[in-house]
Amino acid sequence: MKMFSPARFLQDVELGIKNLMLHKLRSMLTMLGMVFGVGSVIAMLAVGEGASEKTLEQLRKLGSRNIIVTAQKPAEEQNSANSRIRLSVYGLLYQDVERIEDTIPTVSRMVPVKSMEKPGRFGSRALDMRIVGTNEHWFDLVRRDVVAGRTLEAADIVNHRSVVVLTETGARRLLATQAAVGESLHLGSNYYEIIGIVKSEDASEGASQTPDQQTDAYIPITTAREQVGDFFVQSKSGTMIRELVELHQLLIEVDSEEHVEATAAAVERMLGIFHKKKDYGMSVPLTLLRQTEETKRTFNIVLGAIAGISLLVGGIGIMNIMLASVTERTREIGIRRAIGARRSQIVSQFLIETVVLSFTGGLIGIGLGLLIPWVITLASNMPTIVSASSLLLSLGISVSVGVIFGIYPAFRAAKLDPIIALRHE
Amino acid sequence: MDENEKFDKYAVRFEDLYKIYRMGGNEVRALDGVSAKFEKGSFWAIMGPSGSGKSTMLNILGCLDRPTSGQYYLNGHDVSQMPDDDLSDIRLKYLGFIFQSFNLIPQLSVEENIALPLYYLGWPLQKRMERARELGGMVGLNKRLSHRPSELSGGQQQRVAIARALANDPVFLLADEPTGNLDTATSIEIIELLKKLNRDGKTIIMVTHEPDIAAHANSRLVMRDGKIQKIEGGAL
Repeated sequence: MKMFSPARFLQDVELGIKNLMLHKLRSMLTMLGMVFGVGSVIAMLAVGEGASEKTLEQLRKLGSRNIIVTAQKPAEEQNSANSRIRLSVYGLLYQDVERIEDTIPTVSRMVPVKSMEKPGRFGSRALDMRIVGTNEHWFDLVRRDVVAGRTLEAADIVNHRSVVVLTETGARRLLATQAAVGESLHLGSNYYEIIGIVKSEDASEGASQTPDQQTDAYIPITTAREQVGDFFVQSKSGTMIRELVELHQLLIEVDSEEHVEATAAAVERMLGIFHKKKDYGMSVPLTLLRQTEETKRTFNIVLGAIAGISLLVGGIGIMNIMLASVTERTREIGIRRAIGARRSQIVSQFLIETVVLSFTGGLIGIGLGLLIPWVITLASNMPTIVSASSLLLSLGISVSVGVIFGIYPAFRAAKLDPIIALRHE
Repeated sequence: MDENEKFDKYAVRFEDLYKIYRMGGNEVRALDGVSAKFEKGSFWAIMGPSGSGKSTMLNILGCLDRPTSGQYYLNGHDVSQMPDDDLSDIRLKYLGFIFQSFNLIPQLSVEENIALPLYYLGWPLQKRMERARELGGMVGLNKRLSHRPSELSGGQQQRVAIARALANDPVFLLADEPTGNLDTATSIEIIELLKKLNRDGKTIIMVTHEPDIAAHANSRLVMRDGKIQKIEGGAL
């Protein structure tokens, strides 16, 4: 009789549902607290997860062991009144590469980058391309898979070969459907042999951190230096921009993640000594990654607090109704006790009722929590991720809320003296 | 069934029962040294004016309350000072209550009300419902089994209550003013039903203040000021 049996438990649950169905509107209103509590928790988690996942994904692509140093035109030169005639000299130097290589032992690989806008021509087709002079490690550090042919090799760099690697998008736009490898491409004022094609990154907004672009043409850095030089003249809306830049970017790979921050500090100090003006910017994906993760954690704590409050409110609502229900059903409790129900059986009857209420509220809340992110994604194209763990957590919480807030009313019901309860009107 | 049960010819036996309430400085003796024995198969009426102690007697007989002192043997078990859970089990196994205001559970159907004690006894659903239908038929309600109590007349509701009280095959039925809320004609129907049950062997203890109703019982115990004033037709 006191043994637990699933069939009996189901009957108890059925009885609980039946009792709740007697007051449909009241039960539904009581559940609303749980529905919105659970629904908003899941929805907020999904939005937060989606947003941070997007950032984290971008940062991960930059490589957690990499440091990116980018040339920046110093602020005072940008606004200079006589920029029409002046020559801007800024950016990273070939010497910087050697200095870093010589003095910082934790640096495992370096990729110098020299980039310039040039028109690319293939037959009758033309496309504005970004020529990127770099070395063989680029493709590894930026993680680009080869689609056809091969990437740059050390020998290409050493021998100043006139070869070019295109991106998939660039190749498609310039060459249409023709097989590209082995063909000759006219870039700027020289011809380059196309030796390979790599995957291009989807251009998504906010991806400005990514060092590559869709229409990059990668050539050996040595070749770029020789054939294009360090002096650039660009005409932008009628203004001649003259610049002398040796290197536009420097990718530094550190031997391990633990050394990234110290290495970044060392590189910064070193550059600070030799660059009088602050003509470069540093970005450390690992630091950004950690910051983003930290932000995400803070966000989750705030979210947890909000969720806690809404579930608390929901729980209090449930408790309130259950207390009213106990008073209302005092007579019934008396009858059950007179017939021979033990106190514990009265406790479990009311507890089951409360849990049914909160669990059902939780289930509907999950439905709402799935619906809201879906609508958000549909309406604003914002990525949302509903994790299975957030669903399980919500269900767990809704059951716990039922138990926690149901215990007091249930014990109050069981504590009633049957003699008094039977006389209750 | 233990030894006590087998050989005890008394459904109820109590010796020197006291129930003393303290209200402020005053001592109220609701039961003041009461002793009696009710044989199995008997039909007793407990009478007395209000304040005579008959309600207290009813609560103690029904194992809803414990005496301050004295012994109460129910079917041979000393239940005088049992803890709450054990009293619940005693009520469940040995007692059937019939109340003045029927006390059916409004959200349950007639058959579910009848089957309620069996639920707490742990019977499986199927058997519970079979027994409930059988009892419902016995009290003449086989056409109303799926109705709610509120759809029935007072007399019918009391029949449901009687069927529920019989569900666990109790040692005795304890009826508290069973006809108090009924008109005369219906009262007689209910009394006749109780008499029939008694003829079939069921022990019945009925608390009432109406002499007409008490006259139907085989024996009468009259209370006054917490003491037994007189006993008619039964063994003391």
